[in-house]
Amino acid sequence: MVRFLIRRILQGILVMWLVTVSVFLIFFVGPGPSSVARALAGKSATPQVVAEVSHRLLLDRPLYVQYGHFLWLLLHGNLGYSFYHSESVNSIIAAAFPITLSLVIGASILWVLMGVLSGVLSAVRARSLMDRTFTVLALFFYSMPTFVLGLLLLLVFYYEFTIHGIHLFPGSGYTSFTTNPGLWFRGLVLPWLTLSLVQAAIYTRLTRGSMLDVMGEDYIRTARAKGMPERRVIFRHELRAALTPIVTQFGIDVGVLLGGAIITEYVFGMPGLGFTAVQAIQEQDLPVVIGVVIVAAAAVVVANIIVDALYAVLDPRVRLH
Amino acid sequence: MSQSLASAAPPPTEPPSPAVIEGTAAKKIEGRSPWRLGLERLVRDRAAMISLGVIILIVLMAIFAPVIAALTGHGPDQQFAATGLTAIGQPKGPNSTFLLGTDNLGRDVFVRIAYGARISLIVGVAATALTIIIGAVAGLISGYFGGLTDTLIARFIDWLLAIPFLLFAISLVVIIGPSLVVVIIVIGFFGWASVGRIVRGQVLSIKEKEYIEAARALGANPWRIMFVDILPNVMAPIIVYATLLIPLAIVTEASLSYLGVGIPPPTPDWGQMINDAQNVYQYGAWWFLVFPSIALLVTTLSFNILGDGVRDAFDPRGDRLFV
Repeated sequence: MVRFLIRRILQGILVMWLVTVSVFLIFFVGPGPSSVARALAGKSATPQVVAEVSHRLLLDRPLYVQYGHFLWLLLHGNLGYSFYHSESVNSIIAAAFPITLSLVIGASILWVLMGVLSGVLSAVRARSLMDRTFTVLALFFYSMPTFVLGLLLLLVFYYEFTIHGIHLFPGSGYTSFTTNPGLWFRGLVLPWLTLSLVQAAIYTRLTRGSMLDVMGEDYIRTARAKGMPERRVIFRHELRAALTPIVTQFGIDVGVLLGGAIITEYVFGMPGLGFTAVQAIQEQDLPVVIGVVIVAAAAVVVANIIVDALYAVLDPRVRLH
Repeated sequence: MSQSLASAAPPPTEPPSPAVIEGTAAKKIEGRSPWRLGLERLVRDRAAMISLGVIILIVLMAIFAPVIAALTGHGPDQQFAATGLTAIGQPKGPNSTFLLGTDNLGRDVFVRIAYGARISLIVGVAATALTIIIGAVAGLISGYFGGLTDTLIARFIDWLLAIPFLLFAISLVVIIGPSLVVVIIVIGFFGWASVGRIVRGQVLSIKEKEYIEAARALGANPWRIMFVDILPNVMAPIIVYATLLIPLAIVTEASLSYLGVGIPPPTPDWGQMINDAQNVYQYGAWWFLVFPSIALLVTTLSFNILGDGVRDAFDPRGDRLFV
C-alpha cells in the first residue's frame, strides 16, 4: 500500500513536471521572447517596464536558464506577478479560489445525490418506466451544453421571474458567505443547478451500469440466499462494490472543476478561477493564465492520487496488487 | 449454427406461404457478418433511426444554407438596420419576414442558424476523425510494442488527462490565433487520450491470439501486423466511441466560440450567437438565445441517441452509456 502510494505520488510529480514544461513551451517559447516580455508586462506597459520585466524574468538569457528560473520560483510557491493588475498572482488566485470552491462543493453534493440515487433506482428496477425516464433525462442533460442550460435557467428564473416581480435569484455575480450568507446562497442556486444537472447525468448512467455488473455476482446471490434484507443487499453489498468507478469519476470531475468551472463561472459572472483565467486570457495577462493552469493541473493530479488511495480502501482486491 | 436455425424453421408438413420462406427461414440460414448483424440491430432501434433522420435534416440544412438564404432574401452576414431592428435598435421577434427573429445587428437568426450548422458539423466530424486517428495509432503502438514506448505514451496520456483541457485550448487558440483549422486541431489533439486507452487495452489482448502469432511466423513486420491484422479487430469500439465523440466535439467548439475564442466573427456560429444573445436577452430578445440553443441541443442530443444506439448494436456486451 505504502509502496503503491509512493509510486503514484512519484508519477504525479512527473506529470506535474511535464505540465510545467508544456506551460513553459506554450507561453514562453512559443510566442518568442520579445512578445512574451510585452505580454507579461501587460497591455499598458511602457517600454521601460517591458525591459525591466524582460530582465527580471531572465528573458534575455538562454532557454534552460529561463526554465530553471521559472521552475525555481514555482517550487517556492511563487506564481509570479500580474503587471496588469499590480497584484501577485498568488493573491489573485487566493481571492478567486473560495468562489470556485463554493460552486464546486455545493454542486458536487447535488450531482452525487441526484446521480447515484437515480442510478440505483434505475438499476434495481431495470427496464421499468422509471428506468426509462431516468435514461431519457440523463441523455437530455448529458447532451446539454453547460452554457445553454445556464443561460436558459437565467432566462426563466432570473429574467422572467424578475419582470413578473419575483426577485428570487440575482442575475450574476457572487456575494461571499461572510458578507451575506442569504445572498451567497441565492446567488449560488442557479450555478449549482446548472453544474450539477449536467454532471449528474454521467453519474446516473455510471451507477446504473456498475450496479447491474455487480448484481450478477455470486456473493450477491449468497447474501440474498441467507435472507439478508433487500435494502441491505442493495446498499451494503451492491452499491459498495459498484462505488469504485463512481469514486474515480468523482475524483477526476472535482479535480478538473476545482481548477475552474470555466463555463459555469463565465455564464453567471462569478469571478472564480475559471472566470479569472478567461478574463486573463482576454487581457493577455500571462502570469495569471500560467498560475491558474498550474494550480488547475495540480488539482487534477492530487485528486487522482486521492482516488487511487480511496480505491484501496473501497475495494480490498486492489490492495493485493 | 445454420443447422439449428434450419430445424427451427416451420416443419415441411405444413407448407408455409412462399413469402414466409423468403422472409424468415431462407434469410436466417444465410451467413451474416457481425457488421451486418450490428447494422440490422441498429435499423430496428427506433430512437436511433429518428435521431439519424434529424441528423440528416441538419446536414441538409447545412448544405442548403445558401438556398435558405436565397429563399428568405437575407444573406448570413447582411444587417437589416431598417427592417430587422426596432426603433430603439433592439432585435425584432419572429415575424413573417424574419421567421426566427433577428439578432442584435439586425441579421436573420434563421439564416445564421442554418449557416452555423456547417461549422458545428465540420468541426464535429473533422475533430473526431483527428482524435480517432491519433488515438488509434498511439494505442496500437503503445499496446503492441509495450515496454518503454508504452510507458512513454502512458505518461503522455496521463499528462493529457491532467492538464486543464479548456484552459489549454483557450490559451492555444489565443496564441496561435483563432480559426476553423486551429479549433479542429486543438480539439483533436487534446481529445485522443481516451481513444488511445481503449485501443491499447484491446490490442493487449488481441496480440496474444494465435493468428497474430501466425502472422509473425510468416514474417510480417510489426507495422503490417498492427494495421492489417489488429486494426480491423478494434474498429468496432473505435466506431462506437467516435459516434459519442462527435457531439462532444460540437459542444467543445460551441463552448470555445461562446467564450469568444472559437470561430472568429462574423462567421455564423451557434456558440458565438448564444454569446451575443447573452447581452440582449435581458431586453426581451429571448428568440435570439433560445433558437440557437435549441439547434445546438437538438444536434448533440441526436448524435448522442444515435451513438447510444450504435453502441447497443455493435457492442452488445458493454452496458455503459457514456463509456
